[in-house]
Amino acid sequence: MNQEQVIKISHLSKTFGKNVVLKDIDFSVSTGDVTCIIGASGSGKSTLLRCLNLLETPTTGEILYHDRDIANLHKEAAAYRAKVGMVFQSFNLFNNMTVLGNRMVGQIKVLKKKKEEARERALAFLEKVGMAPYINAKPRQLSGGQKQRVAIARALAMEPELLLFDEPTSALDPQMVGEVLDVMKQLAKEGLTMIIVTHEMAFARDVASHVVFMADGIIEEEGDPSQIFSNPQNYKTKEFLSRFMRG
Amino acid sequence: MPQDFFGRIVYILNRNGMSYINGAINTMIIAVVGTFIGCLIGFAVGIVQTIPLEKKDKLFKKIILRIVWFVLGAYVEVFRGTPMMAQAMFIYFGSSVVFHINMSMWFAAFFIVSINTGAYMAETVRGGILSIDPGQTEGAKAIGMTHVQTMLYVILPQALRNIMPQIGNNLIINIKDTCVLSTIGIVELFYATNGVAGALYTYFEAFTVAMVVYFALTFTCSRLLRFWEKKMDGSDNYDLATTDTLAHTSGLYSYTGNKDREEA
Ligand SMILES: Nc1ncnc2c1ncn2[C@@H]1O[C@H](COP(=O)(O)OP(=O)(O)OP(=O)(O)O)[C@@H](O)[C@H]1O
Ligand SMILES: [Mg+2]
Repeated sequence: MNQEQVIKISHLSKTFGKNVVLKDIDFSVSTGDVTCIIGASGSGKSTLLRCLNLLETPTTGEILYHDRDIANLHKEAAAYRAKVGMVFQSFNLFNNMTVLGNRMVGQIKVLKKKKEEARERALAFLEKVGMAPYINAKPRQLSGGQKQRVAIARALAMEPELLLFDEPTSALDPQMVGEVLDVMKQLAKEGLTMIIVTHEMAFARDVASHVVFMADGIIEEEGDPSQIFSNPQNYKTKEFLSRFMRG
Repeated sequence: MPQDFFGRIVYILNRNGMSYINGAINTMIIAVVGTFIGCLIGFAVGIVQTIPLEKKDKLFKKIILRIVWFVLGAYVEVFRGTPMMAQAMFIYFGSSVVFHINMSMWFAAFFIVSINTGAYMAETVRGGILSIDPGQTEGAKAIGMTHVQTMLYVILPQALRNIMPQIGNNLIINIKDTCVLSTIGIVELFYATNGVAGALYTYFEAFTVAMVVYFALTFTCSRLLRFWEKKMDGSDNYDLATTDTLAHTSGLYSYTGNKDREEA
């Protein structure tokens, strides 16, 4: 595949008051990459994703999106977010709409698609995540795994160039984790560019093309999944993984 | 004039039924219109008060917004903090003395009830907007919605649903409180009752009828609003659109890829 660079972050830092959460982060993502970010709780993984989607404004540093700095976008932030989707740990489905409505609203209001077209595409994506039968349900009537699959379909319906996942399975019961991971695995196979924050190490090892390990706001180590998981160089990575693998 | 209580009531109803009906109609017109316009004002103020200010916004926008917020805050505090009866006198008589504007009685009535309701609703709407899970806003932002789109399609519909009980509350308060407008000469239910009572010197009976009418009005409104709320919630059930088998796998399924390696 033609590997074009989508996102390049350099010297990104983020502080909340005096709390330095991200320190001098550098990394980049090209088309088709599936980057998994792993690391202990509080290491800044969510904050990094939120900066990438401009839900947080980076304190310093730049985020190049196709060589254009978007870290301080203001007016065009919405247009940028339409291209870089995000799937949240807590789903964030719109509670006032049905499953189908959740899919269609972005296409109609943001992408200005015709209602019929939006409906067709929404149905296609819901089909893909196995939620087509539930188009008339409201979010409160769905299980966690179903909500997350709907949320993924909502993000996909925007035809994002890059999709960010923040612990998409952490709020789910163990038996629902699989259904969501399977959908994501399928997306990876189809070549969707993704950045995934996850605690599912087996999944990261199988699906990622690149793994990033974060600790205390710093990228301590990154590389091939096989290298990170079988032969970590950094002692923090070793410690984190051994703790995780033992459970 | 009959001597017994019920006899007098029947007598009053026969003789003054129309005054009660007219009074009740005027009360309802003022209450409904006042509540409706009040809600519009409340939504406008609440929406402006929840516009997010970000560090990177232009200085000009920040200054303007802060001035507007201050003015709106003052409006809310003043109208919530003074009695509507005093406001009615102040505005109706004050406007002609100070500004030489001769408000019609009816205009003044609508104006006073609306602006009063608006002050209360502003706080309710602001609270309603702030109480919506921030995740809803983030979900909307993440698919590229602007602040206006987010408000219009995601936040306000949910906030509206949540504050429906408060809107109903305000309507009922307004039905009762329009009686203060009798001080500026509006012939609403209270004024009409006073007329009946004074003419026949039957205060107890006349106001018994008024109590019943007031209660009938408020009770009917509260039931209608309750019914409307139920309708807004939609059905509790949904139909599966197809018999797609994938639907049935949900929840019965777990990711098992390469488990053996994990244990190694
Ligand atoms: N809005 C905020 N204001 C202040 N501090 C924050 C804010 N958001 C995050 N933090 C802090 O930033 C640090 C990193 O948080 P973050 O959510 O990025 O961690 P994480 O790696 O995603 O953790 P987890 O695995 O638990 O989700 C934490 O110490 C947290 O307290
Ligand atoms: Mg997190």
